[in-house]
Amino acid sequence: MASGLGLLLLLLLGQFCFQLLGTSGDSLQHHRSLQKDNGSWGLEETPENGSMVSAHALLFSLDYQHVQIPFEITLWIMLASLAKIGFHLYNKMPTVVPESCLLIFVGLIMGGLIYSLNDKSPPVMDSDIFFLYLLPPIVLEAGYFMPSRPFFENIGTILLYAVVGTMWNAFGIGLSLYGICQVKYFNLQDVSLLHNLWFGSLIAAVDPVAVLSVFEEIHVNEKLHILVFGESLLNDAVTVVLYKLFKSFCEMPSIKLVDILAAIGKFFLVGIGGIFIGLLFGVFAAFTTRFTKTIRVIEPLFVFLYSYLSYLTAELFHLSGIVAIITCAMSMKRYVEANISQKSHTTIKYFMKMWSSVSDTLIFIFLGVSTIGNNHEWNWPYICFTIIFCLIWRALGVLVLTFFVNKCHVNTVTRKDQFIIAYGGLRGAICFSLVFLLPEFSRKKLFIAATTVVILFTVFVQGMTIRPLVDLLDVTRRRETSPTVSEQILIRFFDHLLAGIEDISGHWGQYYWKDKLEYFNSRYLQKILLREYDQPKSSIVLLYEKLERKHAIELAEAGQLIHTPSSTSLLRSRETAVSIQSPASTNRDIMDNIQEILTTNLYKIRRVAPAYNRYTLPGEMGTAEQAKEILIRRHKSLRLSFSQSDSDQSQKKHIYSSSHGDSEIKTIRCQSLTGDSLAPSGVKYSRSKSECYIPSLKASGVEWMNEDERDKDQIL
Amino acid sequence: MGSQASTLLRHEELEEIKKETGFSHSQIARLYKRFTSLDVNGVGALSREDFLRIPELAINPLGDRIISAFFPEGEDEANFRVFIRILARFRPISDKEKSKDAKGPEPLNSRSNKLRFAFQLYDLDKDDKISRSELIQVLRMMVGVNISEEQLGVMADRTIQEADEDGDGAISFTEFVKVFEKTGIEQKMSIQFLD
Repeated sequence: MASGLGLLLLLLLGQFCFQLLGTSGDSLQHHRSLQKDNGSWGLEETPENGSMVSAHALLFSLDYQHVQIPFEITLWIMLASLAKIGFHLYNKMPTVVPESCLLIFVGLIMGGLIYSLNDKSPPVMDSDIFFLYLLPPIVLEAGYFMPSRPFFENIGTILLYAVVGTMWNAFGIGLSLYGICQVKYFNLQDVSLLHNLWFGSLIAAVDPVAVLSVFEEIHVNEKLHILVFGESLLNDAVTVVLYKLFKSFCEMPSIKLVDILAAIGKFFLVGIGGIFIGLLFGVFAAFTTRFTKTIRVIEPLFVFLYSYLSYLTAELFHLSGIVAIITCAMSMKRYVEANISQKSHTTIKYFMKMWSSVSDTLIFIFLGVSTIGNNHEWNWPYICFTIIFCLIWRALGVLVLTFFVNKCHVNTVTRKDQFIIAYGGLRGAICFSLVFLLPEFSRKKLFIAATTVVILFTVFVQGMTIRPLVDLLDVTRRRETSPTVSEQILIRFFDHLLAGIEDISGHWGQYYWKDKLEYFNSRYLQKILLREYDQPKSSIVLLYEKLERKHAIELAEAGQLIHTPSSTSLLRSRETAVSIQSPASTNRDIMDNIQEILTTNLYKIRRVAPAYNRYTLPGEMGTAEQAKEILIRRHKSLRLSFSQSDSDQSQKKHIYSSSHGDSEIKTIRCQSLTGDSLAPSGVKYSRSKSECYIPSLKASGVEWMNEDERDKDQIL
Repeated sequence: MGSQASTLLRHEELEEIKKETGFSHSQIARLYKRFTSLDVNGVGALSREDFLRIPELAINPLGDRIISAFFPEGEDEANFRVFIRILARFRPISDKEKSKDAKGPEPLNSRSNKLRFAFQLYDLDKDDKISRSELIQVLRMMVGVNISEEQLGVMADRTIQEADEDGDGAISFTEFVKVFEKTGIEQKMSIQFLD
């Protein structure tokens, strides 16, 4: 830990050393003083004074200008990554202070150092860099790993919050700030209505980066997560439109009704255009990967290239790039994953996580760095009121919208959820970049100051307090006593029962559209976009086939049906007997033991939505094991019932007839290898081809099999 | 959407089902559509294999039990009436119905009917009691492979001990209900049927 810190510090020093090196070539005295501090950092190579240059040039030459840009970029990224390591080494920190806060803090320190040494403002994050380089990886990763089923189930709510909510916020904040400006005391008369509305539009946007990083740590339920997450991603469309709208209004001499109508039309255009571009590139990507069988190594590249292109194309036409890239990722995911190799798949996931992680960190650090400097005009009444209005309007907006949502929809959004949605509306780097994009006018610095304070407030104060508040809300609902054993068991039983009934009744919403989409998919899209038509097998299916093979081999060897207890060798090997205390020990011990055993061993209910986690790849653990176990068990019990009853009726029952081309439920016929070889000998086995239905769990939409919820405490 | 499906049900049948189960027209139509989509062979009734084709059910620990509930008394096929009757039990209890009191027969989705359905899943031999062995069977299904037989036995004993009031070593239906009363899981007992 100390070494980590030391490294960090060293790098920090090195960082601004090179900054100085690049920016002020004549401040050699700085170099000298730093040299004394840094010892063997490597500055010895700096020529001490000009006269020695010619002699030294033969042996040592320093050409910093040549490598300046890539060098500095790499150093920044290195700083960001080392900072991340540093934070994760301290396990206590992330629970109290969210990582984004710490990163901004590091940025502040860096900015302060640069400012104090250089005596001028540190580099401000260029809006172009942010929008073109830093933002796309984050959004791509969010879109790619977005659990699509809950997303589409809640799409109505999400859109409502994103569109109506953002507009409500924007206008509300803008108008109320205008009202504040009217008060003579505050000296703000010259900020016009339009400017206020403009400011309102950019400050209203909830930022996906900030939201993601904070929500990671508070473990809310999936539906809530997807609501806030989806909203923060989609409100980009609205923000873009409003921002550009007010920008053009400011430039126009007068505003007519036609312009306002055109603005509304523009909004739809921006959103739908983004979706369209995303779909287009998604289809292209899927199609391209169909042909990459022979050159597997460049497969991941296509995914990234096409997504980035979709983003840039949308930005080219002033459409919503974020919507485009999300749509692209979501649409190509299914086909691309079917076409590419397993290794490419892993590569893509890892690279996405890596890039988005770096981007995320860099954004926050830059945010911190840019805060320091001469860019601000501190008009405290305006700033304070901005914060207050942001909070008020968000809360009001969420309340009103939730009221409507709960009327129309069956899944209600509870009070606690509402609070989290309202309180979790964090602003972040998008607002920041947008405010720097404002054209120069007299009050720009005021806006910059206000934006900075709002962002810092939301990230620090709201980010840090949201977790205790959530816990507080939970406590009031929690029961006084922990559930007894019987309650635990019976309740879990009921949960499984309900889950089963839900599945039987086809509870997934929008079933009609999903039906249609599946039909369209199987008839047309799959033929064009997939290389091979049969679905790749998931690990469960492979396991099942292995069991079948094993069973077949045993049968071949023994010549008759073997009773299942012996075929549980697979199971037994995994059985680790938990030693419990002997029954002679006290009641209390047994009870504690049982509780503990129960909580760890009861099968979890099928999760509706896998939790999205920043640092971990989906599909790495937990419930896949559970499902395997259950399948093995059932396989075992089915075999048992095969052997026990040899009437025709039971045989008939267990011959599962498969039907190919079932568009809705993709299945795989797994044929027992007992096939024809046993036909003569096995009387009981006359059903020679036992075909079993293994639902192809990968493709049929049981997404949680592959995108499993990872144990939330394992962040690393 | 719904109209095509519901024309396959005769109108009187629709009315009957509606009265018996309390579903709305559109809900019934939607469930009928689901029924027909599960019934791939088009015979108008579902067999066990049809249920087993539902992927999520295959990995539900209680999958087999739930499926058996649709096939009472050794029958092989479940027609639509049976299907919807069982699903109707899980309809949420609306406030109107709560206040109806004892007006007419108890609705299918009353709280006690829900609990009785769950009870029947435990009680295989239908003696109106959940015995220790039945409990162990269910526990075995719900718990991972790391638990040994004695541990299961201890758990089952503990459960019975906590829930049993009349000391007969088994859980009767009233005792079963009492366990749930304390927990207040009203809303967890129903699923929302979409229109």
